[in-house]
Amino acid sequence: MLNGIFSVEFVNSILRATTPILFATMASAVAAKAGICNMALEGMMLLSALFGVLFSAMGGGIFGTASGLSQFASFGFGFLLTVLVGGLIGLIFAFCILHMKADEILAAIALNLIASGGTVMILMAVAGEKGASSTIASVAAPKVVIPLIGSIPVLGEILSGQNLLTWLSILAVIVMHVFLYKTPMGLKIRAVGENKNAAESVGISARKIQYIALVISGMLASMGGFYLSGGYMNMFTREMAAGRGYIALAASSMGADTPVGGFLVSILFGIAQAVANLMQLTTIPMQLIQLIPYLTTLIGLGIYSYARMKRRKKLLSSE
Amino acid sequence: MNSAKRFEAVRMVFAILIALLISFVIIFFVSDEPVNAIVQLVTGPFKSKRNLANVFESMIPLIFTGTGVCIMFSANQINLAGEGAFHVGGLVAAVAALKIALPAGVSPVVCLLLSAVAGALLTAIPAIMKVKTEASELVSSLMLNYVALWFSTFILMQFICDPATGAASYSIPDAASLSSLMRGTRIHSGIFIAILVAVLGYLFLYKTKVGYQLRIVGENEEYARYSGISIIKVILVSQLLGGFIAGLGGGVELLSPIYDRFTWTASLGYGWDAIIICTLAKKNPLYTPFAALFLAYLRTGASIMSRATDVSFEIVQITQAVIILFVVAEQFLSRYKHKLIAKEAKEALKEEEAA
Amino acid sequence: MEKQAVLRMEHIMKIYSNGVVANEDVSLDLEEGEIHALLGENGAGKSTLMKVLFGIESPDEGKILLNGVETVIKSPQDAIAKGIGMVHQHFMLVSSLTVAENIILGVAPVKNLFLIDKKRAIQEAEAIAAKYNFNIDVTARVEEIPVGVKQKVEILKALYRGAKILILDEPTAVLTPQETNELFVQLEKLKENGHTVIFISHKLDEIKKICNRATIMRNGKSMGTYSVADMSTDDMSRLMVGRQVVLEFDKKPANRTETMLKVRDLIVHNSQGVQKIDHLSFDLKGGEILGIAGVEGNGQSELVEAITGLNKNYHGAVQIRGEDIRKKTIKEIRNMNLAHIPEDRMKSGCAGTLNILENMFSNQYDRKEFSGRLFLKSKKMQQKAQEWIKEYLVKCNSYKQNVGMLSGGNIQKVIVAREFSTGPDLIIANQPTRGIDVGASEFIRKRLLEFRDAGCAIILISADLNEVLSLSDRLAVMYKGRFASVFTEVEKVQEELLGQYMLGIKKDDRLEGAMYE
Repeated sequence: MLNGIFSVEFVNSILRATTPILFATMASAVAAKAGICNMALEGMMLLSALFGVLFSAMGGGIFGTASGLSQFASFGFGFLLTVLVGGLIGLIFAFCILHMKADEILAAIALNLIASGGTVMILMAVAGEKGASSTIASVAAPKVVIPLIGSIPVLGEILSGQNLLTWLSILAVIVMHVFLYKTPMGLKIRAVGENKNAAESVGISARKIQYIALVISGMLASMGGFYLSGGYMNMFTREMAAGRGYIALAASSMGADTPVGGFLVSILFGIAQAVANLMQLTTIPMQLIQLIPYLTTLIGLGIYSYARMKRRKKLLSSE
Repeated sequence: MNSAKRFEAVRMVFAILIALLISFVIIFFVSDEPVNAIVQLVTGPFKSKRNLANVFESMIPLIFTGTGVCIMFSANQINLAGEGAFHVGGLVAAVAALKIALPAGVSPVVCLLLSAVAGALLTAIPAIMKVKTEASELVSSLMLNYVALWFSTFILMQFICDPATGAASYSIPDAASLSSLMRGTRIHSGIFIAILVAVLGYLFLYKTKVGYQLRIVGENEEYARYSGISIIKVILVSQLLGGFIAGLGGGVELLSPIYDRFTWTASLGYGWDAIIICTLAKKNPLYTPFAALFLAYLRTGASIMSRATDVSFEIVQITQAVIILFVVAEQFLSRYKHKLIAKEAKEALKEEEAA
Repeated sequence: MEKQAVLRMEHIMKIYSNGVVANEDVSLDLEEGEIHALLGENGAGKSTLMKVLFGIESPDEGKILLNGVETVIKSPQDAIAKGIGMVHQHFMLVSSLTVAENIILGVAPVKNLFLIDKKRAIQEAEAIAAKYNFNIDVTARVEEIPVGVKQKVEILKALYRGAKILILDEPTAVLTPQETNELFVQLEKLKENGHTVIFISHKLDEIKKICNRATIMRNGKSMGTYSVADMSTDDMSRLMVGRQVVLEFDKKPANRTETMLKVRDLIVHNSQGVQKIDHLSFDLKGGEILGIAGVEGNGQSELVEAITGLNKNYHGAVQIRGEDIRKKTIKEIRNMNLAHIPEDRMKSGCAGTLNILENMFSNQYDRKEFSGRLFLKSKKMQQKAQEWIKEYLVKCNSYKQNVGMLSGGNIQKVIVAREFSTGPDLIIANQPTRGIDVGASEFIRKRLLEFRDAGCAIILISADLNEVLSLSDRLAVMYKGRFASVFTEVEKVQEELLGQYMLGIKKDDRLEGAMYE
C-alpha cells in the first residue's frame, strides 16, 4: 500500500476523485457568497450526469464518433448543452426560493427528489432500463495528451493524459476566484451575501444578484455531474452523485466559501477517496472503505467548526 | 376554522391536485398506454385485498419517520439523519434478533428498544456537534446518512450474513418477529405501535412541558431564551427523540412479516419521505398517519402501475417533490389568501355595524 | 439676502398602516449650502420625515419640491439619482470589503471589458476623499477601521454618487469627541463646496456649534424652524421636550420596604468593545418605581440584560434580595420572582406564529398550578388564558388566535399578562408602552402602579417622559452609561431641567445618597 501512495497512479486517482467535488464546491461557494445554501447541488449533479450521457450521445448522432475531431465535437455539444440545462435548473431553483418564497432547504429536498426519480424515469423512457445507461453510446470527455511532456517521467505522466474536465475544474477555481474577487458582478455577489441592506442601499437588487449566482451555481454543478458519467465513469448509474453534492456543501463551508479554500479542502477529500481506493487492495472490508469520504467530511466539519467557534469566542472575550 | 387555517387547507388540496396533474402529464409523455397507467395508479389499491393491505403496510414506516421529523422540525432542528436512524434501527433489530435468544413475548420488545436507542445515538451526533462545535446539524446529518448506510452494510456482510444468500442476513427467528394481523396480508402489529407513536408524539409536543419548550425554541429562539428555556436541552432532546422514533420505525419494519432477513444494502428513502409527511402534517404528529396513508396510497398505486404498465414507480418521487414545492412556496395562492382575509375583515366590519 | 431653497417639503402627512400618525402637516425648507438641524425626541417623527425624503416611505399628503420643481421620490435609488444621499445611523457597509470597494459598489470602474479597475477605483476613492479633505486609507478593510472612519466612508459613498443634499441620521451618536470635531470640520468643508446637510440630533451643543437653522419636531408635528444663532440651548430643549401634561393618577405615597435589587459598580461592554455602562451603582426597594429617562442607546438595554441574566459578560455585581445572580441561569433569576417586559416585543417578547395561550405561559408553564411532572394542565391553562384575556382586555377571537395576527397594543397586553401573572416582586419594564394605543398604555401604567402599591419593586425605562414623570417615585437620567442625575421628588421636576440632563448639558457628580447607601 505504501508503494501505492508514491505512484503516479495515486496522484491520478486523487485528481479523478477531486474533479466532481471541486466543481460542486465551486457551485456551493458562489451560492454561499450570495447568501444561499444550495443543498440542491446533489440533485443538480445527478440530473446533469444523466443529461451528459443523453446529450453527448445525441452529439455522437450528429457529429459521429469516427475521428478524434468528431468525437470531440460530440463531447463539446453534449457538454455545452448539459451546462446550459444546468443553468436552467439553477434558474428554476432560484425561482422557487426567491420568487415563490419557498424555504431553501425544503425546496432543495424537493429538487433532489425530482432528480432522483426523474433520472430513473427518463432513463427508463430512453434506454428501457432503470439501473444504468450502458446501452446508450455516450461520448466521454477526452483526455488531454500533451506531446513531449508526456515522456518526462512522473511529472509528465501526471500532467499529460488527464481528463479535459479535470483541467477545466482547476480552471474553474481560477475563473471563480477572478469572477468573485475581480469583477463588478463578483463584488455585488459578495456584498449581497454579506450585507443585503448595504447592497440595496446603493441601488443593487439583491434578488437579481442571487438569481445570477444560482444560475452560475447550477452550471458549475452540471459540469461536476457531466464528469461523473463522462469521465469518472463512462455511463450513468442510478444515484451516482452519491452525496457528493452534500460533501461539497461541507467542503465549501470549510474553505470559508472561497474558491481557493474550497480547492484545498476538495483535494483533501480527493486524497481521502484515493486512499480509500488503495485500501481496496488490502483486506479491509469494502464497506468500511466506502464509508471513509463521508466520515472524513464529518470529522473535518467538526474540527473546522470547533476552531471557528473558539476563534469567535476569543475575539469576544478579548474585548 | 378561521380564514388563515381554511386557506392553508385549500392551498394543500390545490398543491396535491397540481402535483397529480403534473404527474398525469408526465405519464402521457412517457407511456404508450397513459390512460391505463393513470387508472392503475388511482384505482389500483382498491383492486384487491392484497393491494389495499399494501397501502397499510407501507404506511407504517412513514408514520415513524414522519413523527420523528415533526419533532425535530418543530424545534427548528433541521437534522436529516432520520434516514440513517431508520436504517441503523433495522440493522440493530436484526442483530439483536439473531444474537440474543429470548422468548417470544420478550424478544421483539428488547430488539425494538435497542433499535430505537441506536437511532437516538445516531441523531445525537449532529446534536452534540451543534452544541459543542456549533457545526450546522444539516450538513453533518447528511454525511451521517451515508455513514449509517455503509456501516450497516459492513455489519451485515461481516457478522450476520448468511453465506447461502450472498447479501442477506440469516433468517430472523420467529420469536422476534411481529405477527401479521390478517391472513393473506402483511399488515402487522407494528401499525399499533406506529399509531401509538404518532399519538404519543402529539401528546409530547402539545401536552408536555418539554414539548412546549421545544415548540417555543422552534418558533423564536430568542424569545425562548428570554423566557428562561434552555436552548441546549431542546437541541439535544428534540434530535435524540427524533432519532429514537426513526430507529424504532426501522426496527418495526425489519421485524415485520415484510422482511424475513436484513437485506438493506441501499438507502430506503423513508427519511426523505418523512419530510413530505411532516410538511403535509404541518409538523403535528397527530396528522402523520393521514399524511402517511395518502403517501402510501400513492406509492402502492404507483407500484401497481409500474408492474402493469410501462411507467416506472419513480414517478411518485416527482409527485412528492411537486407537493412539497407548492406547499412550502409562500407566494403560491397568496393573492387568494389576501382576498380571503380582506373578505373576512369586511364581514367582521358588517357584523359590528349590525350589532 | 434670501438664499434659494434647494428643497421644500410641504405639509407632509404620513400615517402608518397601524394607524400611527408619524408626521402631521410637517414642512421643511433647506437653503443651499446650509447645515440644517432636525431636532426632536425619539418618536417625534424625524426618521419618518427623512424616510419620506429618501423614498423609503411615500407620504399620504403633501409634496416635495427640489429646486422649486415638484418631484415624487419613489425609492432610495430614485433619491440617489436626484442628488440626495443618506447616512444611516446603522452603517450600511460590507465589512469584509475595502473602503474603496464599498464606495464604488454597484458603479465600479471597469478595465479589460470585465475586470474591476482596482487602480482607478482607488484613485477615484482617494480623489473624492481628498476633495473633501477626508484623510482615510481607502485600501483598508471596513471591519478593521474605527467607527469614526466608517462614518466618513458612508459620507463618501453618498458624495461619490453625486449627492448634493446629505442626510446625516444622528451622526455623532457613535463618535468620540475628537471624531465629532473632525466630522464638523468636514461638514464645514462640504458646506463651502455648496452641499446642503440635514443634521439629525438630540445634542444641543453640537447643533449650536455647527448648524445654521434648526427645525424642531415634537409628537409628529413641526414646532417651527429657527435660526440657531438666535436661540439658547434652553429654548431648544423647551421646544423639543415641551410642557408635558402630567398624567393624572391616583398615586399614593410610596411605601418602601426591603431592598430588592442592588447593582454595584456595573461595567458592561457591547460586542464591539464599546463601554455601554460605566461604574453604575444603585439600590431599589420594594414598593417603589425607579424611572430611568434618557435618550436611547445610553446603556439602558445593557442594564436590563445584566439584571435579567441575558448577558453575563459584565464586571461588578447584581444582587436580587441579597443574592448574587452572576452564576444563576435566566430561569433561576426569573424564579426569583422577576418579570421582564422586553424592549422589542416581536424579537424577544413573543412567538408570532404561536397562539395567545402558548405565548402566555413560556415563563410559568412549570408551576405546579399549570403542570405535573410531565404534562401541562391544559384545562387549567385554557381557563387562565381566558381569564387573563378578559382581565387584560386583550382584543381577540379566542386564545387560539396567533399572536402575530394581533395589533401591537394587544400583543403587548399578552406579554404584560404573562409577566404580571406570576406575582412578581421585581419588574423590569423596558419601554412598556412604546408604539401602542392610548387605552392600552393607560391600562399598563395603572397595572404598574397597582404592583408598586402591593410592594413590588419596579424599574421603568421609557422614552416617554410623560410616563416616567407621572409614575416614578425616583427618577434617574441615564447618559453615557451613568446616571447624570437623580430626582427624588419627581413631582417637582421641571421638564426643561430633565431635558438638559438627558442631553448631557448638565451633570451631577455625587449621587450616592439618592441611589444607594
